[in-house]
Amino acid sequence: MTSSELAVKCRQLVKTYDTGDQKITALQGIDLDIHLGELMMLVGPSGCGKTTLISVIAGILDQDSGQCDVFGVDWLHLSSKDKLLFRAQNIGFVFQAYNLLPTLTAAENVAVPLIINGMKRQLAVRKAAELLEKVGLAKRAESLPSQLSGGQQQRVAIARSLVHNPRLIVCDEPTSALDHQTGIHVIELLKSVAVASDRALIIVTHDARIFDYADRIAKMDDGRIDSVAVVTQHSQFNKEVENVT
Amino acid sequence: MNYIALKMLMGDRGKYLGIVMGLTFASLIMTQQPAIFVGLMARSFSFISDVGLPDIWVMDPKVQFVDDIKPLQDTELYRVRGVEGVDWAMPLYKGMIKARLYDGTFQTCNVTGLDDTTLIGGPPVMLKGKLEDLRRSDGVIVDIDGARDKLAKKPTVNGGKPVPLDVGDTLELNDRRAVVVGIAKNTRTFQSQPIIYTTYSRAMLYAPRERKLLSFVLVKAKPGEDIARLVQRIRDTTGLAAYTQDEFKALTVNYFLKNTGIPINFGISVLLGFIVGAAIAGQTFYNFTLENLRQFGVLKAMGTSNWVLLRMILLQAVLVGSIGYGMGVGLTALFGYAMRNTILAFKFPWQLLVFSATGVTLIVAFAALISIRKVIKLEPAVVFKG
Repeated sequence: MTSSELAVKCRQLVKTYDTGDQKITALQGIDLDIHLGELMMLVGPSGCGKTTLISVIAGILDQDSGQCDVFGVDWLHLSSKDKLLFRAQNIGFVFQAYNLLPTLTAAENVAVPLIINGMKRQLAVRKAAELLEKVGLAKRAESLPSQLSGGQQQRVAIARSLVHNPRLIVCDEPTSALDHQTGIHVIELLKSVAVASDRALIIVTHDARIFDYADRIAKMDDGRIDSVAVVTQHSQFNKEVENVT
Repeated sequence: MNYIALKMLMGDRGKYLGIVMGLTFASLIMTQQPAIFVGLMARSFSFISDVGLPDIWVMDPKVQFVDDIKPLQDTELYRVRGVEGVDWAMPLYKGMIKARLYDGTFQTCNVTGLDDTTLIGGPPVMLKGKLEDLRRSDGVIVDIDGARDKLAKKPTVNGGKPVPLDVGDTLELNDRRAVVVGIAKNTRTFQSQPIIYTTYSRAMLYAPRERKLLSFVLVKAKPGEDIARLVQRIRDTTGLAAYTQDEFKALTVNYFLKNTGIPINFGISVLLGFIVGAAIAGQTFYNFTLENLRQFGVLKAMGTSNWVLLRMILLQAVLVGSIGYGMGVGLTALFGYAMRNTILAFKFPWQLLVFSATGVTLIVAFAALISIRKVIKLEPAVVFKG
């Protein structure tokens, strides 16, 4: 695989948090490649640096040193304005707590990335409604998040992460707040609608139930990537990961 | 993004109403209390406004305000008339005289004696009778509020309403007969006594014997005469105090401002209103932003710039500020309208709108500023925290 087919290339990524009394090194020289068309899962115990890593990859947190290229663009070489623009156009987010705006309807929530990218609201909401149909929520377009179940909210969040056709989707624990059945539905939906040859998905998860859906799984511990496994070997890997998490 | 900002604001009705109510309250207090204060202060010089016609008021130099009567000798009138540039100068009597009512009780009245010939200084509005009726024997004109209240006759039936004094009724002023020939409408004054108008010569008969009885000399300048220069000329020539209408009003208001606790009392009310309004609205708005911090973080993560977020918060602040201000001012106007025929003093000049708008703007700007600071400093990575 050539570097032009890489969605994300991390080299020697280091990130340290200064908590006043002490310095905590969250990332200790991460090397990681994520390819286009790939669904990569990041697993590992709490505090191992998974969230810090996806924050750096998504461009919402600056690394202290090392390189993080997303589609060939190094975040550190972008100005704040260009970084915002790049993020708005190329990154989609799915969060554990959904993070839907509670006063907007489902369709309006899905339309937010399009509005941020400058599309007129009416047109954006129309496009959002079409996408909601794709995730099976056509009839709930006018519902507020509080009127939706957890699974439905996460489906709205998935639609929101896809509506502006981003090339990288970053998901943080997308299934951990959901029951088993709903979690499976959500990951199946994510895999069916989000995985594409020109796009990459990174999912941070503790949820061993969904490991089978990954193309590769990177196991992190103590700010480092311990191993990266292709999921055809998942039986053995699952056991290892379950032990870790 | 404006639409999102507005939906974020209005979607949570309870908080939205809380912010608007806080600002409404602040705006109400910042307009209603000063309006009462301005109304009260305006009452202190309402007699000067009602007299209206003269350009200049001449009086004893020791006079501090309109009701602080220090009588002059009658000869001062002629000295003023002799000053170059004076078109006409008329005497005016103003003093407290006890009136004996129908039932034998006494009521102190504010008696105004007008020049017998010209009747200059009469009431602004006649409700019954004519000003000229003062020339009838023993004629007096009584103000409607006094006629209905303190000078009213006993009810005809037990437990009934007092019967207002009317044209044809009689009073006794200092043991002399006075016949009501007219009922007038005056602007309410700072004092609560009934106002009685009569001629200057008759007022001299009603007033207790004193060597000096002339209260003011009312002066009209000749056409084209510079009023300020004429005022100075009267002062220089007669040694008396002379003021234009506005100067005399200012003298009266300043006396009340300096010598009564009224401004401090109202000032405290307005300040408390401002502080409470600022605390409620500012705190609620700040809390609103804090509670939406994660939403702002999500927007930031998705690529919204600080500038756009700042505009969103400012829009929210301007909206709640405008609505709160409008409602507060509207309530004050309604209050003033509802109280228009009561004893309550109320005056709502445009300056108060500017004053309260400034106050509300300060509150909103402060609340927005601390909220904006929080949002701008927000790390978008917060969205990944549980």
